Amino acid sequence: MKLVIGIVRPERANDVLTALHRAEVRGLSITRVQGHGGELERVETYRGTTVKMSLSEKVRFEVAVSDDFVDTTIDALLEGARTGEVGDGKIFVMPLERAIRIRTGEADVAAVTPVGGS
Amino acid sequence: MIALAHGLDPAATAWMFVATALVLLMTPALGLFYAGLVRSKNTLNTFMMCLGALGVVTVSFALVGYSLAFSHGNGFVGGLHDVFLRHVSFAPRAGTHIPELLYFTYQAAFCIVTAALVSGAVVERMRYGTFLIFLVVWSIVVYPVLAHWVWGGGWLETRGTLDFAGGVPVEMASGFSAFAAAIVVGARKDYGRQALLPHNAMFVLLGAGLLWFGWFGFNGGSGFGTGRPDVLAFVNTLLAPACTLVVWFVLDLVRDRRVTAVGAATAVIVGCVGITPAAGYVSPLWAMLLGALAALPSYAFILRRARTRLDETLDVLAAHGLAGLFGILFIGFFAQAKWNGVADGLLYGHAAQLGDQALAVLAAPVYAFAVTFAVLRLLGLVMPLRAGEREESVGLDVAEHGEEAYASGEGAILIRPEDGVTPPVAVVPA
Repeated sequence: MKLVIGIVRPERANDVLTALHRAEVRGLSITRVQGHGGELERVETYRGTTVKMSLSEKVRFEVAVSDDFVDTTIDALLEGARTGEVGDGKIFVMPLERAIRIRTGEADVAAVTPVGGS
Repeated sequence: MIALAHGLDPAATAWMFVATALVLLMTPALGLFYAGLVRSKNTLNTFMMCLGALGVVTVSFALVGYSLAFSHGNGFVGGLHDVFLRHVSFAPRAGTHIPELLYFTYQAAFCIVTAALVSGAVVERMRYGTFLIFLVVWSIVVYPVLAHWVWGGGWLETRGTLDFAGGVPVEMASGFSAFAAAIVVGARKDYGRQALLPHNAMFVLLGAGLLWFGWFGFNGGSGFGTGRPDVLAFVNTLLAPACTLVVWFVLDLVRDRRVTAVGAATAVIVGCVGITPAAGYVSPLWAMLLGALAALPSYAFILRRARTRLDETLDVLAAHGLAGLFGILFIGFFAQAKWNGVADGLLYGHAAQLGDQALAVLAAPVYAFAVTFAVLRLLGLVMPLRAGEREESVGLDVAEHGEEAYASGEGAILIRPEDGVTPPVAVVPA
């Protein structure tokens, strides 16, 4: 089992969701985060105050999958999130020690397999 | 005491001061209404399109537009007698008992809000600079011509077409211009691919409420006095939109078993638009029928339009074009000389009135659509109409204005003048 974390542009979040759905990756959660990854900084001016916005809005996907599904998930994230410009984000894959489905108490691979899935 | 100029009515003048300010409020109210309907990244840009109209359209209307609409000319357009407000002063405007300067200000507020309405078709993708230029051109070649037709001694007015507060130059003009603008500028890049939802329904409701408030000056002031037609128009501005709301609730319930807030805000606008041309011409009871019936075509059209490829984003055509057209035709059936002192409609034995109304319904949309289409096509030859795809993704608030509506301040580093930074700053990745 792995936890796949994808940090993507907010305007690509819908495309990522579509790509994951198409790849039949069903269980996921997202968070709005702010981050900095070396992209162009925005300069904004409010009356006399000029500021450099060093953090950009991002959306963080967390997907817990069985080992067989890791590459599918990564491919879907790449497909949905890539624009080719600096600032497209990152994907991190981490080992996942345990997973429990709260409703049934199922553990590990059974817990990360979608209901009705194989 | 200062003696009043001959022919001025102090009561009417006092009311028109208030009515003018009410109409002026409608433009920022429209800004709220529109800004709530777009995505959060385009909030400021959308509001700024309305604020832009308050700036540039006031100038163009004062310099040229007013004269083209309201000074003596031919049946099609007014003359140049009053350009730069040359002969506009304290003397009463012919046909009214208020100073012509005040009359001009009132009419300017109309032109401003009408031009701002067209922005609803192109929000979230049009370049701001190009839009300002479009506003200037539109407020010279479209609005004044149509205003002249019905109010400035033009051919429709001469024939006897009735338009109390702007079914022709305001509602049909903005609606059918928006239709043309949506076609020329094209759809947003995500349209039809993603759900593009209103980001703040409270702005939409607040904007609609303030628009309705302002509309009492818009309709109630369009008789330029304090007499019977003015009272009638004021009352009808409450009755008709209320009936539109009720019918809209029912339609929502039948369709989805739930009454929606954004739908209700739309209903308020549709009702106000519908009664606009007829406000001073139909009895209160017929105004209620007008409001109720006006809901039907707009409701049906909004549902239908969203399933097409036409990204007329905020449905100006449905809410203003169709409802305005409906109101203009309604006069032809239900106008009552007993109430308005001017003319009867078909129902009261004067079928010719319906013919005159139908003429406006045929001519005004064609003119507004064709000229707006041509203006934008020509503008598109000399400058880009749309923001780039990248800017559209990031949102026009940051891309066009360098500001955010909902800036958090986290990660904002103060730049002092001695840093000498000019946007945009590229930070090379480590």
